[in-house]
Amino acid sequence: MRRGASIYRQAQIFRENPSEALEEVYKVYENIEKKENILKAYITLRPLEDVLKDVRKSLESKKPLSGILIAVKDNISTEGIRTTCASKILENYVPPYDATIINRIKSSGGVIIGKTNLDEFAMGSTTETSFFGITRNPWNIDHVPGGSSGGSAVAVSAYMAHMALGTDTGGSIRNPASYTGIVGYKPTYGFVSRYGIIAYASSLDQAGPMTRDVLDAAFLMDIISGKDPMDPTTIDHGIESFSREIERIDPGYLRGRRIVLIRELWEGADRDVVSTVSGYIDKLMSEGLEVIERSFPEIIYSLSAYYVIATAEASSNLARYQGILYGLSEDPSNKSWTEYMAKIRGEGFGREVKKRIVLGSHVLSAAYYDQYYLKALKMRRILRRGLEEILKDADAIATPTTPTTAPRIGEIRKDPYIMYLADMETVTANLIGGPAISIPAGFINGLPIGIQFFSLPGKDLEILRIARASELKTGLHDILST
Amino acid sequence: MSVIIGLEIHLQVTSSKTKLFCSCSADYRNSPPNRNVCPICLGLPGVLPKPNRYVIEKAVQLALALGSKISDRLVFMRKHYFYPDLPKGYQISQYTMGRYSAVAYGGSLEIFVKGRRKIVRIRRINIEEDPAKIIYPEKDPWKSPYTLIDYNRSGIPLLEIATEPDLSDAEEAVSFVEKLLELADHLNITDPSLEGSFRIDANISIEGGERVEVKNIGSLKDLEKAINYEIIRQKRILETGGKVVRETRHWDDIRGVTVSARHKEFEEEYKYMPEPDIPPLEIDHSYIEKIRSLMPELPWVMRERFIKQYGLTDYEAGVLVSRKWLAKYFEDIARIYNKPDKIADLLINDFLGKINERGGRFDLVRARPEQIAELLDLLDKKVISIKILKEILDKIVFDGEDPKKIISEKGLTVISEDEYLEELAEKVIRENPKAVEDVKKNPKAINYLVGQVMKLTRGRADPEKINVIIRRKLGLLR
Repeated sequence: MRRGASIYRQAQIFRENPSEALEEVYKVYENIEKKENILKAYITLRPLEDVLKDVRKSLESKKPLSGILIAVKDNISTEGIRTTCASKILENYVPPYDATIINRIKSSGGVIIGKTNLDEFAMGSTTETSFFGITRNPWNIDHVPGGSSGGSAVAVSAYMAHMALGTDTGGSIRNPASYTGIVGYKPTYGFVSRYGIIAYASSLDQAGPMTRDVLDAAFLMDIISGKDPMDPTTIDHGIESFSREIERIDPGYLRGRRIVLIRELWEGADRDVVSTVSGYIDKLMSEGLEVIERSFPEIIYSLSAYYVIATAEASSNLARYQGILYGLSEDPSNKSWTEYMAKIRGEGFGREVKKRIVLGSHVLSAAYYDQYYLKALKMRRILRRGLEEILKDADAIATPTTPTTAPRIGEIRKDPYIMYLADMETVTANLIGGPAISIPAGFINGLPIGIQFFSLPGKDLEILRIARASELKTGLHDILST
Repeated sequence: MSVIIGLEIHLQVTSSKTKLFCSCSADYRNSPPNRNVCPICLGLPGVLPKPNRYVIEKAVQLALALGSKISDRLVFMRKHYFYPDLPKGYQISQYTMGRYSAVAYGGSLEIFVKGRRKIVRIRRINIEEDPAKIIYPEKDPWKSPYTLIDYNRSGIPLLEIATEPDLSDAEEAVSFVEKLLELADHLNITDPSLEGSFRIDANISIEGGERVEVKNIGSLKDLEKAINYEIIRQKRILETGGKVVRETRHWDDIRGVTVSARHKEFEEEYKYMPEPDIPPLEIDHSYIEKIRSLMPELPWVMRERFIKQYGLTDYEAGVLVSRKWLAKYFEDIARIYNKPDKIADLLINDFLGKINERGGRFDLVRARPEQIAELLDLLDKKVISIKILKEILDKIVFDGEDPKKIISEKGLTVISEDEYLEELAEKVIRENPKAVEDVKKNPKAINYLVGQVMKLTRGRADPEKINVIIRRKLGLLR
């Protein structure tokens, strides 16, 4: 495959020339052979022979994703392939059903190559809390790949898969995309079915594409998005084809578009990051993009609101891991139910997960509910209204995706406050349910940094178009090797 | 010392085809353990609930019937607690908190006890899911070496009806639940004859004492026993100068006692949270009106109509209306056979007894209404006696056999048919010339001849009729 080629175009080549597809499968597995030992992107990698068999079959059917290898974050249920959430408590759990998005990928000819590493139950932004060990950043192996979809980001970045699926609750797609130089797109809440995605925080979780460029992200959305009867929170987006909409975009699209820079979202970022991302925006302005600066003081409370809501929902969603029907278990003899469950949960969950369960239980308890949870919900409404006002005469908000480039391994996990700050740019989009995308904006000391565009719910095409025009304008969509 | 009782009744929506949040069958009773399950009702990682519209419709129907105020937004809440019958670690239910509300509030139901009417106020109606069933092999949890969990019931739709504390003894409580079950039956929500289709928690307190919640009451008999037991227990404590503590007690139906489950000095911590997987559902006026227009006749309306239209007594109408199936059966028969009092008599005094012997299961009835009508017609025409009717009722009701067919097969049919009786009479006259002579001298001697005919019919004929036939044959009557 040519450097900088979209998988979208590659898929057309595969359909016309199946032998090309098989060559790419070998290429991907060669990369895995070379790098996976160090990078550790996968928790479960399917054997080459099995994948080849599936690829051959999929090429015969000539479907949109025929011959395309998709890496799947290991919190997305795959029938017959263990799905661990990077947790000891689900170490050997094999789902009896496929998530809706896996169903859709399979029936569109896509082939699952393996299940990728993540922070345990998607809680974290470094992929260091996984029970299966850390994943390393391909741009510098002493650094983290970001998280929680770190494994998926690395698989795409190091060409150990064609495309990947991630999930994003407070930035888990965009953060690792920023750190590894790929495109990470969190769609509007409700555009992609959550059925089969192991919940962290149900009202914030959204799966999305992690890809080599924006066109691929749109391409994958064609397959995975849309109303699902199994998920009552999905909505009909009415977009016939994301990829056809994005395919025809060129840099000229930026002319007359307007983006907003919210001061408070730039103040917390590293100076290098601010200058790199500002420089990137300057390039876009030369194409006619308009930029306005605004202040939205309340936005600094996003992070607090996010951690209240996310931990509350997490404490609820994780109540089901009891060692009875599936997952970690042991002989329950001579124990009361309470003792048994406490033992399983005590041994099965890691520190970060336990911390969030305790936090969440606290904010949901009757005595503190009004003080925390209710206030956080109120904050969500304030954010939504404020951003509606700000976006009245603009297309999107732009920020650095992350306040820093990828930290060194072990650097921030010691200080949870700094770790949570890594989410400051990204959580707002989840709280308002809007679409957000991170695309590569440059490098600082050899490490990639992303720029994020986000907007109000339903404005997915708007941000995808701006992102596509931007990557074409700056040429930063072909930084990845093959 | 006055007694104050409030009830929480959990009704299974047994008429629903599916469970509350998945497409498993709501008819779990005939399934082998843990076969009526799917990833959703097992709460596997990643699944989402898919609310059952039919159940919402039924809840609105019940609310309309009770005169409750229906909320304009339907919101589900998660109620958290750790127990092995709850595979998700929370129950999807409803709760009153801030902007969140149950499906309906208020309303009332009228009961009639000790010759007087009483209005029992409804507090609220909730929709929620049933947990799995815990099975202790030795029945007594403490004696059981292990515990089994059957998830077939997990996710069965429930309506929870909470009353205000308006009841003052066991009789009123039983009467209220009977009335509610009757309503639920008529609205086609719950079939109360199905095992486990309703469960009751009773909040019982005595003036001057704390409130005690008794859980796990599964039948009307147990409700009566549990309340009476608890009243005596609490009174004894108060009389001996003790203090009743606020707690939850468990009704042990085997030993017939309430057992302390946990002290309840504080509100229990359920960490209620709005269910993020189900968007709030607007219940608008036109939806409610649509459901109102589809409401079946309510039992108390039907009862008045039965009294008026069929001339039944209050008691008869009450019994017939107590079950929707029975009321309909009665009316179906009444359309063909026009003596409603006779139908009521048969259904109440003979038919219902047989049903009750079989656990109140109307679904076992095979007799079509026409067959019951025919049976009553045969009785009218004196083809059969009431004694025969009772003998053959079983076969007709539960095997669906034709009344005429049974009668002829058993050699019963001809017994009092005039022609056959005449044949028998002629035979007896022919074979007993001496007795005939006696009759001509003394008409009272006819009893011997009648007795002979009766003997041939094995006592099944009507002696009056035989008497008349013989008198005609002998020219004593014309």
